Amino acid sequence: MIEITLNGDRREIAADQTVTDLLQDLKLDPARVAVERNLEIIPKTTYQNVKLLSGDRLEIVYFIGGGS
Amino acid sequence: MIKDMNDKFTIAGADFCSRLIVGTGKYRDFEQTARAVEASGAEIVTVALRRVNVTDPGQPMLMDYLDPKKYTYLPNTAGCFSADEAVRTLRLAREAGGWKLVKLEVLGDQKTLYPNMVETLQATETLIGDGFEVMVYCSDDPIMARRLEDLGCCAIMPLGGPIGSGLGIQNPVQIRLIIEQANVPVLVDAGVGTASDAAVAMELGCDGVLMNTAIAEAKDPIAMARAMKLAVQAGRTAYFAGRMPKKLYADPSSPLGGLI
Repeated sequence: MIEITLNGDRREIAADQTVTDLLQDLKLDPARVAVERNLEIIPKTTYQNVKLLSGDRLEIVYFIGGGS
Repeated sequence: MIKDMNDKFTIAGADFCSRLIVGTGKYRDFEQTARAVEASGAEIVTVALRRVNVTDPGQPMLMDYLDPKKYTYLPNTAGCFSADEAVRTLRLAREAGGWKLVKLEVLGDQKTLYPNMVETLQATETLIGDGFEVMVYCSDDPIMARRLEDLGCCAIMPLGGPIGSGLGIQNPVQIRLIIEQANVPVLVDAGVGTASDAAVAMELGCDGVLMNTAIAEAKDPIAMARAMKLAVQAGRTAYFAGRMPKKLYADPSSPLGGLI
């Protein structure tokens, strides 16, 4: 197991997980979110190849209702 | 209707029929959001970007109720107080949705939500350099508006009153000055409280109006959405019709000749 920070909270995940694996675990549709790792955006096209590392700070965001 | 099909509203090369842009916040639930947007006739909706709730990811999403293929999603930076935060948010929004057209707003003060123009200019420069099409929320200063247009913004959106205040168009002179000098669409963003405010903005010659709270916090949001649609159309038509001059004294509407 490795420890990452996901949306501000610490979380243990299996080692060698890719972004795709994590999104699957979270039941999130990759088409509807954006993922940032250590302040850098991970392009959707690379989710399958990008492996998460211990200490990574991830932000997963999506669109909600909002005005001005 | 006004010249009907000829009165297209063009932003960043895309044509729209509706000149009303609506926010999607503050509604009771997604169903009400969808019904209000439908009633408003809006084709562009503003949306916010936030963290996914990873402890309960099965919750319904806005996209389940407002189809991004039917509506143009306009990601905004509501809640950002610095250029860096705003740029970071919009880059993520572009990755999430694939859209280049965005609404930039950098706030300067919690109490008034007045725009911080120094940070706004800085963020605009970065975003345009990065290939974004930027619709920008700004102060009603014509000099700032011109500067934003020079930087390449595709729409200038001065406030008519503080965000969420419903005070109406507090600054018709400044809005009018901005409209007269602009070569890109000018929209009043924020301040509208009821339908007559939207009509006032359009009668000034605005290309469109952006609002959220006036609809979402009305007693009947669906009915108010419909009222706003009609007000924007009425204001636009009146703008083209050209209002009569104001006079100090009465002028009878019936002929005086032939009086008994």
